[in-house]
Amino acid sequence: MTDVNDVNDVQAAPGPLGDTVRAEMAQIIARYPEPRSALLPMLHLVQSHQGYVTPEGIELCAEVLDITEAEVAAVATFYTMYKRRPVGDYHVGVCTNTLCAIMGGDAIWDDLSEYLGVGHDETTDDGKVSLERVECNAACDYAPVMMVNWEFMDNQTPQSARELVDRLRAGEQVTSTRGPRICTWKQAERVLAGFPDELATEGVAAGPASLVGLELAHENGWTAPEGGQRELGGSTK
Amino acid sequence: MTTLTPVLTARWDQSDAFTLRNYEKADGYKALRRALQRTPADIVQIVQDSGLRGRGGAGFPTGMKWSFIPAQDPASPKPVYLVVNADESEPGTCKDIPLMMADPHVLVEGVIITAYAIGAKHAFIYVRGEVLHVFRRVLNAVAEAYEAGYLGQNILGSGFDLDVVVHAGAGAYICGEETALLDSLEGRRGQPRLKPPFPAVAGLYASPTVINNVETIASVPSIVAGGAEWFRGMGNEKSPGYGIFSLSGHVTKPGQYEAPLGITLRELLDMAGGIRAGHELKFWTPGGSSTPMLTAEHIDVPLDFEGMAGVGSLLGTRALQIFDDTTCVVRATERWIEFYKHESCGKCTPCREGFWWMVQILERLEKGDGTEADLDKLLDMSDNIAGRSFCALADGGVAPVVSSIQHFRDEYIAHFEHGGCPFDPAASTLFAQELGAKA
Repeated sequence: MTDVNDVNDVQAAPGPLGDTVRAEMAQIIARYPEPRSALLPMLHLVQSHQGYVTPEGIELCAEVLDITEAEVAAVATFYTMYKRRPVGDYHVGVCTNTLCAIMGGDAIWDDLSEYLGVGHDETTDDGKVSLERVECNAACDYAPVMMVNWEFMDNQTPQSARELVDRLRAGEQVTSTRGPRICTWKQAERVLAGFPDELATEGVAAGPASLVGLELAHENGWTAPEGGQRELGGSTK
Repeated sequence: MTTLTPVLTARWDQSDAFTLRNYEKADGYKALRRALQRTPADIVQIVQDSGLRGRGGAGFPTGMKWSFIPAQDPASPKPVYLVVNADESEPGTCKDIPLMMADPHVLVEGVIITAYAIGAKHAFIYVRGEVLHVFRRVLNAVAEAYEAGYLGQNILGSGFDLDVVVHAGAGAYICGEETALLDSLEGRRGQPRLKPPFPAVAGLYASPTVINNVETIASVPSIVAGGAEWFRGMGNEKSPGYGIFSLSGHVTKPGQYEAPLGITLRELLDMAGGIRAGHELKFWTPGGSSTPMLTAEHIDVPLDFEGMAGVGSLLGTRALQIFDDTTCVVRATERWIEFYKHESCGKCTPCREGFWWMVQILERLEKGDGTEADLDKLLDMSDNIAGRSFCALADGGVAPVVSSIQHFRDEYIAHFEHGGCPFDPAASTLFAQELGAKA
């Protein structure tokens, strides 16, 4: 097992960051009025190519933005999504903030951590799964919640969590409970750098808990007063 | 009886609600066409007249915030920026994420109208990084809007230009604080700035900037289309309009309920099928963990800005986290303070050090090793953290401590009299029976 955030033990970088990456960084910078605003997406891009924020990635960001490596490292170490050691193909987060913890997140965490034999911010020996205790991920109505590569896996139990990681480690295609097919962690990081993939239209518009109020309103004939924008054209259903 | 008023949530049950085609079929971007025929000052006036208050927690009047953008010297105008705070991270809050997932175009339309109103030619939507599919949907909506001519140069022939950047954060609760968000968007560590100057004067790149929450901006198209009076037809004088109420925890049907401000928890619980079978309400937060917790005695208090302030809490983000009688309030509080400790940006000593020490004390209390003096110490520390730091994280972080001791002092004492936590954590879970819980 490896500790993905141990800053004192940075592994050698995988493939070098070449001209393609520089060109992608230039594209990111072009989106912003001031170049330095590109730094967060550039670090996501580094992770998408190298699997974590490598020393080489820090050097390149500093060079491209004409700031110091210390300034880049200061940013990279502030945000929890930036990792200092290689992350597995599947980053699995278990929400252990209060509400999810009480609804079962703590039980899921204890069980899954033991099952995988890794702790917080650690990766399984096969390099497949990195486990992390995550803070509130804004899906409390689906508690207890897990995330795989930052896609929602709603309403989990210790059993469903074990099955989930088994499927991920077996290389099966897993789909978010209200989202798309789950891509690898590196691919996810590329999207977060602002380079879209083809998955935006996959999955439902809203999961079941998001709709309970709307469905209740339909059942009872409750609506907002006449005059709002939605009343002008009526429903398209 | 108050009933639900779906406006923002009205289209979420359509399978392709997030596409431009579906949005346009429901008269999407019609409010934009209407807005572009009015002057920017007219739009600011409509939003001021509507009484819309910020939906990100603080409840500041939106139109007034917009009006703070100083008039620019035409000879050397400074750019004006619009930044949408889509960094939804307050524990319990889960409304902006489903909104952007299901209906990202209503946000984009709101962004364009707002940018037009305040004179911004560049807008940013800062989405927290940990919600990949939401980020995709917003990116896609912005791309579709460019293609359809709702963004870019000379929008719908109006002469108005606007570029929108969708920006992913990287995991930091503090970036939901508006000035920390600006530092983060400038490519720095997300640490709050001292105010003044306020962002309206010196925000992004030291230029005039309006920062609004997702739900606030998403409310703008319907206000422009329906009018200020229509909006004021819901809610009440000081808290007009509708809002999304997010029920989570030990309720039968957790989820999103869009209602006029001023609805009560009793009404919402009735709609949500009540507390889960066989249990009773113990405590709840009205608007996230940073709003002081309340108890069953408060279920008839109107969920609006004044109502919640009147009972010593805050409306916040209408994140109603509901906990039943199986829940240990000390455990809940300890976990929340671990969160604030983890998320403190470290800039201000009282917050950085204070929450770290509080966690030690709360862990001791939960294990049954504390004393009554620890409770006084926690309250004393709360006095020295709140109001003594740059931003509201410190004030919000002491809320669970102070309010839980206020309402449940006996339960804290029971922990050290009992020699440990008297609750079975398995009983609180959704799968209590499988775990063989005692309850």
